[in-house]
Amino acid sequence: MITDAFVLRALGAGLLAALATGPLGCFVVWRRMAYFGDATAHAAILGVALALGFNISIFAGTLVTAFAMALLVSALAGRGWAMDTTLGVLAHSALALGLVAASFLQGVRVDLEAFLFGDILTVQASDLIAMALGTAAVTGLMLWRWEALLTATISEDLARSLGLKPEREGLILTLALALVVAVALKVVGALLIGALLVIPPATARVMARTPERMALGAVAVAGLSVVLGLMASLWFDTPAGPSIVAAAAGLFVLSLSLGRVVRT
Amino acid sequence: MNAPVLVEARGLSVAYGPAAPVLSHVDFTLRPGEIVTIVGPNGSGKSTLLRALLGMVPGSAGSVTRAPGLRVGYVPQKLHLDPNLPLSVARFLRLNRRLSGDEIAHLLSRVGAPGLEDRALATLSGGQLQRVMLARALAGNPQLLVLDEPTQGLDQPGTAAFYRLIEDVRREIGCAVLSVSHDLHVVMSASDRVVCLNGHVCCEGTPSVVSNAPEYRALFGLGTGGALALYQHHHDHGADHPDHPHDHETCDHDH
Repeated sequence: MITDAFVLRALGAGLLAALATGPLGCFVVWRRMAYFGDATAHAAILGVALALGFNISIFAGTLVTAFAMALLVSALAGRGWAMDTTLGVLAHSALALGLVAASFLQGVRVDLEAFLFGDILTVQASDLIAMALGTAAVTGLMLWRWEALLTATISEDLARSLGLKPEREGLILTLALALVVAVALKVVGALLIGALLVIPPATARVMARTPERMALGAVAVAGLSVVLGLMASLWFDTPAGPSIVAAAAGLFVLSLSLGRVVRT
Repeated sequence: MNAPVLVEARGLSVAYGPAAPVLSHVDFTLRPGEIVTIVGPNGSGKSTLLRALLGMVPGSAGSVTRAPGLRVGYVPQKLHLDPNLPLSVARFLRLNRRLSGDEIAHLLSRVGAPGLEDRALATLSGGQLQRVMLARALAGNPQLLVLDEPTQGLDQPGTAAFYRLIEDVRREIGCAVLSVSHDLHVVMSASDRVVCLNGHVCCEGTPSVVSNAPEYRALFGLGTGGALALYQHHHDHGADHPDHPHDHETCDHDH
């Protein structure tokens, strides 16, 4: 059963999502952007509706709407709007609008649950190619801008004094976030992408002594969650996306007790 | 003073959006080796002037010129340190910069914080963190050291010790020091020149000239018997600065 083609494709998709979310998720945690990640991910549902309506690729549709949403949030925050209110308004509005827009689609049977909670077991080879390209782009961005992003996270003024542009680094994170949303939509769904961004880095934090090890640890934790979640899903016939996130949550709880042992 | 100029502003104005400018028509010159402190009340544009001089914010009018290839060591006001970011002192010093272990050890002992390499940045005391940030600023062998409210959160002895360290560093490497402070008294004793700012330059000169200037007194209300005057009184007897009694002579009539 484990070697069935659809299981292998699901595993590949999950591991690609783990690779894409791990390092970016660390920045989401360090910069306290968890809610920002949610808003971006929720906008993906609107992207799905638009993609189906205009008959373009769902990957491209989610990428564009997620990026537009992230840009909108950044612009409003830059104008001094209260961040948590802005995000609260936009995250839920995007989700609601997406669900309403999807209901207008005629002649297309939309399985909303697949987009809300993921549908990793129906991943096709063409999906895998798009996800691999998206993951490569995110990983490339992270590797290329790692020092600059880290510096801008610790102090925007320090970054500016080194000739870096914190606004540009923020834009790069925004773009990476939109890519991750497009990559992970099929894996855990729009509602749980935020969890995949935050839980693995929080789990890796306990053991990590450097930012780099925390990023690698987050990839490892996310990858292990994908394997455990998929196995659980196959054995207990549970939904795959939520099972993956539940596995990540379990690992997080384990890491807490492990952290207590490490510290004493 | 005919020395070459490190940084110069002419008629500099800075505005954020359509609001009234934060700074208007500021003239400012900094020469090699000078210690200059910008003082002013909250919202007077101190940090903005610092940023504009370094090219971190654009001016809306006037000009800023910096010496070509100017090496700046910048100590930010504070760091955004999320407890979930595992960052050692050594890794912080290496951010965007190549440094060997020996260089890091040397830098840390130079700022009086030896052996902190492997400590997590988030667990340092305020004074240790200031020294580590100073070490980072010194790593590029700067011609100009820039400090934005460097002693915020330090107690009085800590502040005094930090400024003594800055003076030692200046003597050692000969860099100019430009800092911003509302911490008037300790700063003034360490400065060659003080620029009193309140949206524009109120007054400028040696510490004794500025502390006697009516504009400065109007801004800070010294000699009115308030808390600042009491603090001044304490310093007049040189409790924290036995090595700088001369800087306080002009303040004698405060008490």
